[in-house]
Amino acid sequence: MSFETAYSGIGRLDRLSYRDTVIHRLDPRAKVVATMLFAVVVVSFPKYEVLSLLPFFLFPILIGALGDIPAGFIARKVVAVSPFAVFVGIFNPLFDPGVVAIAPGVSVSAGWISFASILVKFSLTISAALLLIATTSFPGICRGLRRLGIPALFVSQLLFLYRYLFVLIEEAIRVVRARDMRAFGKKGAGVRVFVRIVGTLFLRTVERAERIYGAMLARGFRGDVPSMRSEMFRPADAIFVLAAGGFFALCRFVPVPQMIGRLVGGLAG
Amino acid sequence: MHMADALLSPAVGATFWAGTIGTIGYASKKLKEHLDDRKIPLMGVLGAFIFASQMINFTIPGTGSSGHLGGGMILTVLLGPHAAFLVMASVLTVQALFFADGGLLALGCNIWNLGFYPCFVAYPLIYKPLAGDGRSPRRILLASMASGIFVFQAGAFSVVLETLLSGKTALPFTTFLLMMQPIHLAIGVVEGFVTAGMIQYVRAARPEILDSSASSAPLAAGISFRNVLIGFVAFAVVTGGALSWFASAHPDGLEWSIGKVTGMGELPEQKRGIPAALKSVQEKTAFLPGYGFKPAAGEPKEKKQERPAWPNVDAGTSLSGLLGGVLVLAIAFGIGWAIRAYRRYNRPGSP
Repeated sequence: MSFETAYSGIGRLDRLSYRDTVIHRLDPRAKVVATMLFAVVVVSFPKYEVLSLLPFFLFPILIGALGDIPAGFIARKVVAVSPFAVFVGIFNPLFDPGVVAIAPGVSVSAGWISFASILVKFSLTISAALLLIATTSFPGICRGLRRLGIPALFVSQLLFLYRYLFVLIEEAIRVVRARDMRAFGKKGAGVRVFVRIVGTLFLRTVERAERIYGAMLARGFRGDVPSMRSEMFRPADAIFVLAAGGFFALCRFVPVPQMIGRLVGGLAG
Repeated sequence: MHMADALLSPAVGATFWAGTIGTIGYASKKLKEHLDDRKIPLMGVLGAFIFASQMINFTIPGTGSSGHLGGGMILTVLLGPHAAFLVMASVLTVQALFFADGGLLALGCNIWNLGFYPCFVAYPLIYKPLAGDGRSPRRILLASMASGIFVFQAGAFSVVLETLLSGKTALPFTTFLLMMQPIHLAIGVVEGFVTAGMIQYVRAARPEILDSSASSAPLAAGISFRNVLIGFVAFAVVTGGALSWFASAHPDGLEWSIGKVTGMGELPEQKRGIPAALKSVQEKTAFLPGYGFKPAAGEPKEKKQERPAWPNVDAGTSLSGLLGGVLVLAIAFGIGWAIRAYRRYNRPGSP
């Protein structure tokens, strides 16, 4: 992933999060809690489970569709971060060679099933996490975290980071562009130059922080970042969390695909 | 080396979240006691700085591959351990949200792996003693190298441990270890070199930044060896507790699903490591009379619902499961597509 694509990816997620849809209007706390619950329930499935995980795709699909988030964009981002999970998972077929019948006449090794399970869990949890930030503004998530009891100092740290992220990335892009123009391929892009670039960037950052501090003092800063927004946890938010939780519980404890399969098989037969 | 949700079990994920949240709370509290307001914007902007500089890659000498900065050690030297931990945690949180590096459940592990070791282990126990007053370039280089190597070895080892404890991979412990540690040795050396370079660059250009962080004693020297030790013991106890829960909760669920997926009732024998240990636990706990119908919490309850529907699993039932799986996916995607189509149809001014 090149610098510019990474940056435009962040920018695009950020812009998506300021849309106005049913999902965007939900309280950030409701979405944070539902997404965490989703991740926990999904990974709580045992190693060789694939089929029972499939109904869980409904959650990211619904959030994405109702929140009007481009599906291809999320899918590309999921693929982009997959290497580590794939790298670890791909060894399962090698080390777990027991043969398993999945249908009459068709058998695969148990390792492939656990690998498939890792991939399904990966796509589910990562797409849900991306959809959380695509449907909730970052300051909204921070307010939600504050209300959920995360220390104020850490939340204001997150807000500051977010505020200056784009400024600093753009500055870094300019520096890197200048380096690459002078570096003719790989030459000059080594560690020594990197240290100097990052050192310069660091000093500029510190100087910027000093100016910011002065400006904040002038505006009456006393050590915390208050929010003027008061958010109510409305009935709709509670319904969302309860519905999501109920759906997760249903799919966790009832083998929905197998039941549907038997039902359809019974009707056909 | 970001840990991923898909490789975690809830018990391991929750344990590391607990450790991370606890450390965030502790660092916030410590920082608040001696906070100089000036540090709040500095911490925030430095978080953005680490984020941005991680996106700048450089060529690793001799290999031609490219690396990027971790940043934990630099932050700790410049800000002190408590502030640095909060900054690292915030950087990783934003990465988890915007890049989906790992996912939300794994975020606890990632903050622990990349933040705890540099701030609370490497800095007080390795960097400080080796660097001394921080005026000799050679000692700074030595201290940065040693802590860079340690931080990445500890981080990589944690990833291995978290993955294996979660039991989602079939990789044997030693194989996985041998794959992870050497790569991270190289990364650690590069990180140490970059850290030393940065510190010396800052020392040359703005020495007062380093002096102020080193002299603000409450921030830099607030950690005693005893506290670190207590932290480790507490963590070990929590881990042990969570693992025993995991060990007792997992086997029957595993057995159950293997039986369902494979149609064989039990899998090819896992010869060693955690699966084997779990298996022995399971042999002691499973197949008790009436076990499947006992109305208890957690897994047994699930069994109770499963048993009657699936008395014996054969290839035919697996086939209907597959059919159902395909249908469920089709329904889910169909709903998504219908909502999108409806939206497109109703959107004002759409072509």
